[in-house]
Amino acid sequence: MKKLYSNKLHILIFLLPALLLFCGVLIAPIGASAYFSFFDWSGFGAKTFIGFSNYKELFTSNAIGFLKALRNSLLLALLSVFLQLPLALALALTLGKKIKGERTFLSVYFMPVLISTVVIGQLWLKIYNPDYGILNVFLRSIGREDWAQIWLGNKKTALGAVFVPTLWQYVGYHMLLLYAGVKSVPQELREAAMLDGATDGQVNRYIVLPYIKPIIRISVIFAVTGSLKSFDLIYVLTNGGPLHATEVPSTLMINMLFLRNRYGMGSTIAVMLIILCFGFALLISAIFKEED
Amino acid sequence: MRNISKGRQIVIYIGLILWMLVNLFPVYWMFTFSLKSNPEIFGENIIGLPREWLWSNYSSALNTGKMGVYFLNSAIVAIATILITLVVALMATFALTRLIWKQRKTLNKFFMLGLTIPIHASIVPVYVTLSRLHLLNTYWALIIPYSAFSLSMAILVCTGFMNEIPRELDESACIDGCSVWGIFLRIIVPLMKPAVATVGIYTFLQCWNELMFANVFISKSSLRTLPVGVQALSGQYTTEWGPIGAALVLATFPTLFIYIFLSKKIQDSFVAGAVKG
Repeated sequence: MKKLYSNKLHILIFLLPALLLFCGVLIAPIGASAYFSFFDWSGFGAKTFIGFSNYKELFTSNAIGFLKALRNSLLLALLSVFLQLPLALALALTLGKKIKGERTFLSVYFMPVLISTVVIGQLWLKIYNPDYGILNVFLRSIGREDWAQIWLGNKKTALGAVFVPTLWQYVGYHMLLLYAGVKSVPQELREAAMLDGATDGQVNRYIVLPYIKPIIRISVIFAVTGSLKSFDLIYVLTNGGPLHATEVPSTLMINMLFLRNRYGMGSTIAVMLIILCFGFALLISAIFKEED
Repeated sequence: MRNISKGRQIVIYIGLILWMLVNLFPVYWMFTFSLKSNPEIFGENIIGLPREWLWSNYSSALNTGKMGVYFLNSAIVAIATILITLVVALMATFALTRLIWKQRKTLNKFFMLGLTIPIHASIVPVYVTLSRLHLLNTYWALIIPYSAFSLSMAILVCTGFMNEIPRELDESACIDGCSVWGIFLRIIVPLMKPAVATVGIYTFLQCWNELMFANVFISKSSLRTLPVGVQALSGQYTTEWGPIGAALVLATFPTLFIYIFLSKKIQDSFVAGAVKG
C-alpha cells in the first residue's frame, strides 16, 4: 500500500493537470501583470519600458481619475461594512432563534445572490428609468413629481443609485455566512446563559457574537474586497458614467484595456487591485486579532 | 422565541416579511412584465398580473434576440467547465489526501491561494495568451479560465469529503490487487458523489453568471453567453420592454429551478467555500 501510494510518477500524473491549470491561469498571470505594468504597450507590437511611470500617472493624473474611482469603491466598502453587514447580522441572529418559517425566509433572502448580476442590473435599469421606471412612477403617484430624477444620468444621484442594488444583492450572502455561524453556537452555551437570567440581547452580545467573530471577520473581508473588485452591476447600470461619477477601479481597468488599448496602464490597475485586496484582507485580520 | 413578548414577535415578523417582499418583488415584477405589452408596463398595469399573456415576447427574445443561442452557449461552457473542474480537482485531491509525499500540505495551501485571487489579476495576460493561441472567440476562451478559477473551491470541497472515506477501503482494494488508478476510479470516485454535486452546483452558478471574461474574451455574437447576450439584447430592444423581460426570465429560470429543489445544498456550498477560505 505504502509503496503503491509513494510512486513519484503517479503523484506527478495526478497533480499535473491541476498544477498546469492553476499556475497557467492564476499564478503566472499575476507575475505577467506586474511585468506589463512597467511598460507602455498597446497590446500588440513593441513594448516600451517606462519604469514606474504608469504608477505615477495613475496616482497623479486627473484625466484617468483613479483616485476618484478608488474613493468610490472605498465608500462602497464603508457602506457595505456599516450598513449591509449589520442588516445581514440582524437577519442572521433573528433567523438563528428557531423562528417559524426560518428556512423559507433564509431561502428567499439568499435568492438575489444566485441571480445573474446582469439580470439584476437590467431590472434596476428599468426601476430607475426616468419615464416609465417604477421609482419615478411611484413618486409621481404620491404627488412628489419634484423628487423624480434621472437617477442614473444625474451626477449627484448616480453613485447612490448604483450602490443601492449592489448592497441589496449581497445582504443574503453575508446573512447566510453569519447564520451558519449562529447555528454553530452550542445550545448548552445559550441555555446556560438563559438559566443565569440573560436576556435575548445579552445572549447575542456576550455568547453569540464572540463565538462567531471569525465569521464576522470573513464577512468584513469579503465586503471590503468585494467592494474594491465590484464591476458587474456598475458596468450594466452606468459603465462608470455620467462623467466618471460612478467609476470604480474595475470599470476603469476595462476601459483602459479595451477602449484605449493601454495594456500597460490596465495591468497597473490590475496590480493595484491585487495589492489593495490582499492588503485590506491582512489589515482587517490584524484589526480582529488586536481586539482579542 | 419563548421569552419574547407577543408585541416584539409581531414587529420581528413584520420586518422579516417586509425584507422578504423587497427580495421577491424584483423577481415577481420581472416575470409579470415579461408577459406584458408596452402600454401595460408603462402605465395601465404596472405591478399587477398581465391582463393579456403575451407569450410572443418569449418568441421575440428567442428568435430575434437569439436567446436560444446564448442559452446553448452558456450551457456548453458551464457543462464543460464543470466536467474539467471535477476531473482535475478529484485527481489533485487524491494526490493531496491519499498519496504519500512530503510537500503535500504546502501544495494544498498553495491551491487555496486561488480562493482570494481576484479574476482581474489575470485578465490582461490571459487575454494576450488566448489571442496568441488563437483561442479568443472559442468556447475554450471561457472554459479554461473558468475551470482554473473554480479549481481552488473544488479542491477545498473534495478534500473535506475525501478525508472522510475510510483508508481501510484503499487497503483492502490494494490487497485485492487494485492499481492506483483502480482504487481511484473504482473505490474513491464513486464515493465522492456528494462532493461532485456540491462542486458541480457551485461551479455552474459561477460560470452561468460571469460577465467580465465573457464580455472581453468573446466578441462574436454567435458565441456569446447569456449575461453578455442579455446586455446585447437590451441594447437592441430599448423601447420594447416585454422581450427584455422574457430574456431576463430565460436567463434566470434554470438557476431558480435548481435552487427550488436544492436550496440547502446550494447554501451549504456557499458556506463551505467561504468559511474555510
